Amino acid sequence: MKQGPLNRLNHDTAELLTGSASWFLIERRGLMRGLLRDRTALIGLVLVAFLVLSALAAPLLAPNDPAAVFPERKLASPSREFPLGTDNLGRCLLSRLMYGARVSLAAAGTASLLVMLIGVAVGTIAGYIGGWIDFALMRVVDLLLAFPLLVLALAITGMLGVGLTSVLVGVVSVWWASYARVVRALTISVSQKQFIEAARSTGVGPRRIVIRHVIPNVISSIVVLSTIETGRLLLVISGLSFLGLGVQPPTPEWGAMLNDGRAFLRSAPQLMIYPGLAISLAVLGFNLLGDSLRDGLDPRLR
Amino acid sequence: MTNYILIRILFLLPLWLGISFLAFGLGGLAPGDPATVIAYRLSDVPPSAEQIEMVRRDLHLDESLPRRYVRWLGQAAQGDLGRSYRTDKPVLIELVTHFPATLEIACLAFVIALFISLPLGIAAAVRRGSRWDHLARLVALAGASMPNYWLAYLLILFFAVWLGWLPVSGQTQRYAVILPALTLGLGAAAGLARLMRSSLLEILSEDFVRTARAKGLSERIVIGRHALKGALIPVVTVAGIVFGHLLGGAVIVEQIFAWNGIGKLLIDSIYDRDYPMIQGFVILTGTVFTIINLLIDIGHPFLDPQVRFAK
Repeated sequence: MKQGPLNRLNHDTAELLTGSASWFLIERRGLMRGLLRDRTALIGLVLVAFLVLSALAAPLLAPNDPAAVFPERKLASPSREFPLGTDNLGRCLLSRLMYGARVSLAAAGTASLLVMLIGVAVGTIAGYIGGWIDFALMRVVDLLLAFPLLVLALAITGMLGVGLTSVLVGVVSVWWASYARVVRALTISVSQKQFIEAARSTGVGPRRIVIRHVIPNVISSIVVLSTIETGRLLLVISGLSFLGLGVQPPTPEWGAMLNDGRAFLRSAPQLMIYPGLAISLAVLGFNLLGDSLRDGLDPRLR
Repeated sequence: MTNYILIRILFLLPLWLGISFLAFGLGGLAPGDPATVIAYRLSDVPPSAEQIEMVRRDLHLDESLPRRYVRWLGQAAQGDLGRSYRTDKPVLIELVTHFPATLEIACLAFVIALFISLPLGIAAAVRRGSRWDHLARLVALAGASMPNYWLAYLLILFFAVWLGWLPVSGQTQRYAVILPALTLGLGAAAGLARLMRSSLLEILSEDFVRTARAKGLSERIVIGRHALKGALIPVVTVAGIVFGHLLGGAVIVEQIFAWNGIGKLLIDSIYDRDYPMIQGFVILTGTVFTIINLLIDIGHPFLDPQVRFAK
């Protein structure tokens, strides 16, 4: 991978010659090959793919209805009917975990996407346009980063009231800040390159330069960042649900399931162990994937 | 030097203004008409329209937003952050009485994190590719991936339920602080170990280390006296930030261990929709966090001879 086409990515003259769009294609092809060769990346990819697939296929593969209650089978041990046993109300744990993956992963994915959109928009605008717009936007970023992000997200969620929507609003409205700062720095360094200057001197407008030239050149770092951030967002969102502020029962969600299992720590620790394991594996997958992507995409960051 | 510190402190003023603005703005997020909400809290029977209007006038909720902000800021500057809806005590008093408990876990967690991460990171860098290196990588990955609200229960299960060595939760029993601190400390150790390793590896590849080795100095002296000094600089900086995050991360952990610090206070306030308390919490955390960052900035030039105060 070191000598592959990826390494030439940041080379100014090459970028001038070929234009950004085709670079992205080369980058992607090299990337897939690299990912499959790298063992860590493969583990991460398999973990994430496995969880996403089981979330998608939950209606087909789940052995039971996640909401169905079997009162005579409370806290049952694993059996053919309930592969992981049942919870305190007699609901199938495996089915709830699979349906829970839909909620947890979708929430983390949505949050990650929104954070990325806001962060990229603010970061590129601030970095490319500069001036007082840059100054004002960065002071907002400074202000948000003057807090531990979790605390601010908690406070906003707490003010808005309980529910998944307030959790998403609370998390997204603070999380974009660190993103914007990174994207701004990347934008500034790309903006100083010759091919941007060349584009500008031929009369290309700022909006087109940002969309066609700046963003394609920072996209690889953004992909790395959002892979790792998706994992962190999953931790935070499930954490808020664990505190009872997010997804409400009986909706299956990993954090909320952990919360439900708290009372049964002594008698049935598996109620807490499985959802926690699911969260950990998902986050581990995103972390491994993100780390390998970083090594593959940008050798300088290693 | 004094100028540098003064300028840094001056820079904090607009930031504090921003923090206060944010805390004030948070109040606007709460659903419902604030006067009505407060009037309902004040009386057991549903309040009349006049009573609601009276609350509105008493609390100046009928004034324009900028005027309310200035009034609120003026009171906040004098330490008056309002009263808790829940306990009716002044918010500032509540925060000040709960803060030491949080500080206690955060400090112990910090010590635990350093005791695990520094030796592990150093061992991993010195014996690169060895078992220690793999262990460090594993710890770092696990720490970054495991939710602390799950790790807490694993620790409770192991140390309190199975072994029975430590109390499950609460604050009164001896050693009760260990499990919450361990939960937080293990999480923080992960990132620090990784940083210690990469920082030391970078220094070890530098010329002066090669020179020291070429002189025939023993590996112990090369690493202990030459390399480690430089490698610790970024670690100390980040450790300061980590400490700030420990205070914030204590929120969930305190809730789990029924530890009566500001984190649990925040969660309880959220459950009870105790808005002044939430606002006060935001101001307190923002202030503490910025002060920690200030101390790091001021301390940095003392640690790193390459950074000098700009004239």
